[in-house]
Amino acid sequence: MHHHSAFEYEQQLVALRDYLMRFARLQLRNDTWAEDAVSETLLAALAKPQAFEARSQLKTWLVGILKHKIIDILRQRQREVVLDGASDDDRVDPLDHMAFKTDGHFAEKPAEWGNPERDMQSRQFFQVLEACTEKLPPAQGRLFLMREWLELSSEEICKELSLTPTNLYVQLHRARLRLRECLELNWFARTP
Amino acid sequence: MTPIYPFRRTCKEVSALLIAREDRELPLSDRLALRLHMAICQACPRFERQLLTMRNAMKQWRNYAGADETPGNEKA
Repeated sequence: MHHHSAFEYEQQLVALRDYLMRFARLQLRNDTWAEDAVSETLLAALAKPQAFEARSQLKTWLVGILKHKIIDILRQRQREVVLDGASDDDRVDPLDHMAFKTDGHFAEKPAEWGNPERDMQSRQFFQVLEACTEKLPPAQGRLFLMREWLELSSEEICKELSLTPTNLYVQLHRARLRLRECLELNWFARTP
Repeated sequence: MTPIYPFRRTCKEVSALLIAREDRELPLSDRLALRLHMAICQACPRFERQLLTMRNAMKQWRNYAGADETPGNEKA
């Protein structure tokens, strides 16, 4: 993919705005922050077309810039990032939604999820996965995607957000269990 | 006297450890307890497979989130 003029380069960037917004919204769970992150990304890319010259994948390059801009925003907004979403949900351990007997053993075995390799060939599967991620409470969703999309270690997340490890692990525990439940209900229990 | 089994864990405790393992390194004693439980339990390995599927799914999703290609041969 080569751009032939500054105009074409700009057109290509602008065409990717919606694509970038999707990930920015999912990670930041705040439209204003997401728009800021994407605008900053596009401005940075416009400012240095020569930085892209040598690269073949515009999307990959832009997503890389976007991730840095997003981490800056998460750091600046750290208090809001982890505060909201602290609601009734905090009193419930989603592990209790699973079928355990009073002695702590499984009342019924967890389901076999069929053929995951085949599922991952399917575009619909990833749509369900994204929808389930979107349904997480905002703070949980942000922390979960900081692990899974931004690929930060737990230590890095605690440092960026001034969060205690215990707090982080409780939120990630909930996020992972909720996602599991959502995938089971909306995908694995449905596909034969 | 009731015997003490320091490495005995319930399925619920093991499930919590399996989830925790996605985000942090477990202490040695938990790792040992996990292994001992997994060797005799029929249910927990299934839960572990579900978590593994989720891990793989997130990895694929992340790769496509940053690539020019979307996963899936199927067109929606």
